[in-house]
Amino acid sequence: MTPGGKRFTGGQRLLHWSMAACIIAMFFIGVGMVSTVMPTYVPLLATHKTLGVAIFVLALVRLGVRARSGAPPLPADLPAPMRLAAHLSHYGLYGLMFALPLLGWAMLSAGAYPVVLYGGLRLPAILPQNPALHTLLWNAHYYLAFAFFALVLAHVAAALFHALIRRDGVFEAMAPLGSRTGGPSSR
Amino acid sequence: MPLPPSGPRSTLASLAVIAAICIGATGALAYTAGWLSPDRLTPTKLVDALAPPTGPVPGYRRNHAKGICFTGSFAANGNGTALSRARVFETGAHPALGRFNLGTPDPGAPDTTVRVRGLGLQITADDGAVWRAAMINAPVFPVSTPEAFYELLRVPASKAPNAMAAFVAAHPEFSAFGAWAKSPDWTASYAQEPYNSLDAFLFTDAAGAEQAVRWSFRPEAPPERITPEAFGKRGPASLEQEITDRVAAAPQRWTLVLTVADPGDPTADPSRAWPEGRRSVEAGTLVVQRIEPEADGPCRDINFDPTILPDGIRVSDDPFPAARSAAYARSYDLRTAEAKDYPKRTSEAAR
Repeated sequence: MTPGGKRFTGGQRLLHWSMAACIIAMFFIGVGMVSTVMPTYVPLLATHKTLGVAIFVLALVRLGVRARSGAPPLPADLPAPMRLAAHLSHYGLYGLMFALPLLGWAMLSAGAYPVVLYGGLRLPAILPQNPALHTLLWNAHYYLAFAFFALVLAHVAAALFHALIRRDGVFEAMAPLGSRTGGPSSR
Repeated sequence: MPLPPSGPRSTLASLAVIAAICIGATGALAYTAGWLSPDRLTPTKLVDALAPPTGPVPGYRRNHAKGICFTGSFAANGNGTALSRARVFETGAHPALGRFNLGTPDPGAPDTTVRVRGLGLQITADDGAVWRAAMINAPVFPVSTPEAFYELLRVPASKAPNAMAAFVAAHPEFSAFGAWAKSPDWTASYAQEPYNSLDAFLFTDAAGAEQAVRWSFRPEAPPERITPEAFGKRGPASLEQEITDRVAAAPQRWTLVLTVADPGDPTADPSRAWPEGRRSVEAGTLVVQRIEPEADGPCRDINFDPTILPDGIRVSDDPFPAARSAAYARSYDLRTAEAKDYPKRTSEAAR
């Protein structure tokens, strides 16, 4: 358990888990849509754009909430390399939450594609049409998406390492509901 | 501490659980991406199958590679608002840009070798909504499904004897397109061709009522029929010169005709024409005012993706717009990455 059994606030945990669902869905929608010619291609593409914007907005909210509410400290006995990995991976996760939607939006702009979301909401172009920019942004969006997937897997593995092996309360701090090792009751 | 750290045996079990979750997630992603399904028809396969035997021509569209840009406007007469709430149908002139093209993967193909002529079009309404379309002069599409189209593309590379005959036998719907393709009724001008959506789209009116619609841009210029032999004598690239001269002399016009399906008409199969006598609405006139070479023209880097539609038009149960959208995106990604192979300024390249 973290010192004093401190957990993320209910709002932070709600944001974390709803964004987790959105982001994991985005990986599958992304790789699925670019590998199909079936009619689902059209709704998948619209969902990918809409969800991308939603993730970007939620990430902004989340950063604000994090600045206000902070985070429970890591256990004092956590070895320094793990502590460093925890901090760096969170910078990476936050950075990619912002970067991937922006790269996708910029890529479509550079390709002169209109960006239309579900509900008919139309986003303006954020870059002029340019083939070299389109290619650069396409590659960045594509490869960083796989890097993001790998980072999320590492995050999941680390969370389970804390939950199952170290049993140090780090997982419970972000767990969606209370648990026997550190719920609100133990506060 | 609520619980002691786990013992060695349970640590091993926990590590196994963690590894299984990571491997499972990676496997699920790989499956979704099609990496475990070599038979899946992907946009990459479809686009690769379009390539001529000598390979794709870098920098150019992977199909309909030979083309020329235009700008102009769509003068809507207001009649289309009866079928769709899209602003582009409201009375007025809406800016348009587009591309006349030949249905070939080879930008250097002689005009006489290509029966299919196309029109890529983008109309922008005053609210900023964009409508893109890619149409051809054929009255019907060759096949019923994207899978059959992929098979058709692979016929020339087939080593089986009579591969084309076998394909036609397996796809009887091909006969209508085949008869049109063999007909000797060519024209010598892009301006004398009709351009048909072939695919059906759902039009939604202001009250929310939906109907399936196919559309055609019908030329104002009367078609002057010419045999392929006589047309061949005009040279390998006469169409682009002809449309440039013709539009320089006077704007060229097409009437947009929206045709509404009756219940039971085949909306999902562009290889089947709808019966004559369906309700039709003349929604306005496309006016082509200026021709520009493609290399540095306004149509060059536009993907005429038929699923880029304004509010009031959406895809129907016709499977082709989605397949075309997926394939066009792949073609666009490839050619924009190869932009240096297609220099912007034709004059500089020629020097």
